[in-house]
This record gives sequence, structure tokens and C-alpha cells, in this order.
Amino acid sequence: MSTTAPAEPAASSIGGELTRSRPRPGETAFTWALRGCVAVSIGFLAALLVFVVYQGWSRLDSRLWNAMPTARESRIDEAGVQSAITGTLWVVLTTAAIALPLGIAAAVYLEEYARRDRWYLRLLELNVQNLAGVPSIVFGILGLGIIARRLGLGLSVITAALTLALLVLPTVIIASREAIRAVPPSIRDASYALGATKWQTVRRQVLPAAVPGIATGSILSVSRAIGEAAPLLLLGAVTLVLFNPAGFDSTYTTLPIQIYNLIASPFESFRELGAAAIVLLLAIVVVLNSAAIYIRYRYAKRW
Amino acid sequence: MSSIGPRALPPSVRPRPETLGASRGDTAPMTREVVLQADGVSVHYSGVAALRDVDLSIRRNEITALIGPSGCGKSTMLRCFNRMNDLVSGASITGTLTYHGHDIYVPEVDPIEVRRRIGMVFQKPNPFPKSIYDNVAYGPRVTGMDVSDAGFSDMDQLVEEALRSAALWDEVKGKLRSSALALSGGQQQRLCIARTIAVKPEVILADEPCSALDPIATSRIEELLLELAGRYTIVIVTHNMQQAARISDRTAFFTAQLDDSGERYGHLVEFDTTNTIFNNPTQHRTADYIAGRFG
Repeated sequence: MSTTAPAEPAASSIGGELTRSRPRPGETAFTWALRGCVAVSIGFLAALLVFVVYQGWSRLDSRLWNAMPTARESRIDEAGVQSAITGTLWVVLTTAAIALPLGIAAAVYLEEYARRDRWYLRLLELNVQNLAGVPSIVFGILGLGIIARRLGLGLSVITAALTLALLVLPTVIIASREAIRAVPPSIRDASYALGATKWQTVRRQVLPAAVPGIATGSILSVSRAIGEAAPLLLLGAVTLVLFNPAGFDSTYTTLPIQIYNLIASPFESFRELGAAAIVLLLAIVVVLNSAAIYIRYRYAKRW
Repeated sequence: MSSIGPRALPPSVRPRPETLGASRGDTAPMTREVVLQADGVSVHYSGVAALRDVDLSIRRNEITALIGPSGCGKSTMLRCFNRMNDLVSGASITGTLTYHGHDIYVPEVDPIEVRRRIGMVFQKPNPFPKSIYDNVAYGPRVTGMDVSDAGFSDMDQLVEEALRSAALWDEVKGKLRSSALALSGGQQQRLCIARTIAVKPEVILADEPCSALDPIATSRIEELLLELAGRYTIVIVTHNMQQAARISDRTAFFTAQLDDSGERYGHLVEFDTTNTIFNNPTQHRTADYIAGRFG
């Protein structure tokens, strides 16, 4: 090897240089700083979880979903949050049924049909981005003023669903656009070159290829809607509801609002039920987010 | 350095040794019907010229090669023939381009109908993320082709025939339902050719179809194109001059140059039989390029 080249150092000294570990304080400090950041977020989350599970442990049983809420402390042992669970299902499923088709269609239009060189479309895009950052309470005010009062839909399931649909629409549009944009142009070219129309290309190539991304974005939007409380505070969900919703025009309450009411109670027993409801809400959101992650990996890019 | 000409090629890469010296274009230079005719075609992208003033005739059942350095507009020219440039925002084309004498850029013409007759194979194999069968059946399905009108008993037969024509049938007949993305690059490209053939086009445009392939896959595609030239009119863009020499009847040499205001644009330098372009070009720029002195 290097024995014929006299100028090179002996093999043993190279070995020594390679294995000698040099102290790199900057490197080490930075690594630990990053670990610290992760530890803070994980630590807070874990502490919250432990606290909530500990406090709600005695109420984590079938009463939670089998029984209705109550306002009387004497009845709290037999009470649950069933009306809030069914209310959440009603509101969120209706929200999804409104927001997903609208949002995906809007994304298809913006990505596949709209002409990028038009100034008003750029303005539109900018506004969609901005809408995603509007505080949700503002959507609540909009829902109250326009949907509940002007349109006369009242403080009902449909008002809540329409408001939440508006709230998550920008997120659905942005996520769907990303997914559609990730479909390689070569797939579209191939389809057009075979004599396919634009709609055939979108329907048979672009959308199927974008489904994983669209589904992931949609599920994350829906799980946001599930956890949303602020706009519903203005839209009639605060009242004590002792029955399950019977239709779109029904009064309702939802889990986040129910939790808000229970936790604010001066009675320990109410707060325990609230903690149990938090665990339930977290479990629902975790399941939905896991589904989103599963879909993302299951249908990972195939080209 | 004229050794790149067709005569110098080893026999193994000369599929038609008897015709290469005097290619089919020479034997019947003017008798073949003109399928596509470009007259003074210029293409601009967002106002910037990509290609200026091209006159070009594509004749029936010939292989026409478009060669030249990068940025010379040869792919742009190719994409004019089936109106794929329509899909590029900001693209505009002037001049006339006729298909059997019909201007394909007048407003009444439906670009979708044009593309059904003039198919295209792309640089990078781009099968759909679907099964092999569905890749081939896609074109006939979306165009609403009547399988029995096309002379087949059913879609299965059409798919088989297209795959046979693309010399792929024997390799894939046992796995028609498996994903096209599991095929090798060369197989994928032949699948893309099969997919194009399935819609029964008259013309096949190929945009550097071998540039992403290894030499063995490349030679298979070349053999295939030579076979298909009996039934189809083929226009191929290639960076590879040997490839143009091996398979084409006519060659158009494009190059890029700067105009008075310093803008770079592509234009056609010389168009003749492949034999003339490679052995006896009239333009010194063609000779320089063929000899490898630039580009």
C-alpha cells in the first residue's frame, strides 16, 4: 500500500489520527439543545396526558357514552356525555360532507383548470392561504351573523356544520392542491397524448394518484373540526342538551364544549367527568391522525 | 471525422444494411405522400422565441429524425405536431401546420382529435401507475374506440395485439394485471409505445425515447421503431446522431443561435435524406455538428 511512498506517514500514525476523537464542543452543545427542545414538547404533552388520565380514571367507563349529562351534582355519578358524542358526530360528519367535496373541487379547479397568469386567480390563492390563518372565533361570528340569523338556520347542527366547513375549507383546499401538484406532469402528458380530455385526465389519472395526499389532508382537517370549540361557543352549543340530535335543525352540543362546561364546574365530580371526556376526545383525534399517517405510508409515492 | 455516417456503423447496429446507404427516402424521394407539413412555423413561450420559421415535411411511413444540440427547438417542433404545446401556458405558435392538407391550428380543430391520430412517446418512460393491461386499454377506453370497428373481437385481443406490435407480449403475457411500474425501463418504454399504438394513430412522435435507457434496451426500441415504420409514420427527436443515422430516412438538423437582440432561438438548418445529411451536407454547420466539432 503506502510502503512504497516514503513521503507518506506510517500506517500506524494514520490509524492513530483516524481514531483519536477530537472534542467538538459546538457540535455537542447543539445536539443537546435540540434534544432539550424535543424534551420540552414531549414532556408537556406527557404531563398533560398523565394528569388528565389520572383525574378522569374513575369515570373512564361505559357511563361516559351511555348516559346523558346532568346539571345536578346529586346525579353526576350516573351522568355521561352521550349527547356531546352524538352531537360531535352529527356536526363533524356534516362538516366533512360539505367541506370535502367543495374543497377538493376547488383544488382541482385551481390546479388543473385555472390559468396561473391571471392576476385575480393569484389574489384568490393568496386569500385562500390567508383564510387558513383567520382565528376560528371570527368564523363563529360570521356563522352567527350570516348563517344563523340572516339565513335563518338558527342555532342548529347545520349552522355549526356550515361554519366549521368554512373554517376547514382553506386547509382542505391547500392540502388537496399539494397532493394534486405532486402528481408528475408526465402522467398528464401521457394521458393527453392518447387523446384523453381534460376531465378524463383529471378523473382517471390525477385524482386517483392524488387520493392518498387528499385523504391525509382531509382527515387532518376533520380532526381539527372535531377539536374546535371557539366558533361553537357563539353558535348555541353551550346549553345543556339532554337528548341526541334528531336532525340538521336540532339543537346540539359537542365534546369540546361539554368539556369546557364540565371543567369549569366548581364540583370535583364534574371535573372528573370532564377529564374522562378529554381522554375520549384525544383518543378519537389520535385514531383519526393515525389513519392519516397510515394512508400516507400505505400509498407512498409509486413513481 | 465522417466516420459517424451510416456506412461506418458495425453490421450489428445496421438493421437495414441494404437500405441504409441509399435509404428508403432515396429510393422514392418524392413519391411518398406528405402527412405533416410545417410552413414558416415559429413558437414563442411567453413572448420569447423558441423556434423560428421552420419548413418541414413529414412523409408517410418514413422515419424522420430531428437532431441538434440542446435548446435548438427540436422537441418544441415535435410537440407542435400533436398540439401538446397547447398545454404549456404562454405558448403560442404562428405559421401553418397541416395534417393531410388540413390546418390543425385553426379554431375549429379539436386538439383531442389531433392527438388521437398523432400519438406521442416521451423521453422518460411514463406508464400510468396502473396494471400493464390498463395502461394499454386506457387510450381506447378514453377515446371511446369501438373495438370491433378496429377489427378486434374484444379489448383483450386489442391489448394483446398492441403488446405484440411493441415486442413486449412474450415478456408480459403472464402478468398483464400486475403494475406497469414493476417493469424495467426499456419494457416500460415499449409499453408506452404499445399504449400509443393501441389507439391506432397514423403518426407516432417520439421525443428522445431512448435517452433514459441502457444500450441494449435502446437497440430493442430502435428495432421496434424500424418495424413500426412499415405501418406508421414516425418522427423521432434524438440527441444521438448514430441513432438518427441507424434508423431514419430523413434527418432535420436544428440548431440554436442568437438574434440581433441577443435572444437565443432554435431554427432548422438543413433537412434532407439521412444519407445526404450525414455524408454530404450542404451547410457547414451541419457538417461540423455531425463531425462532433460542436454541440
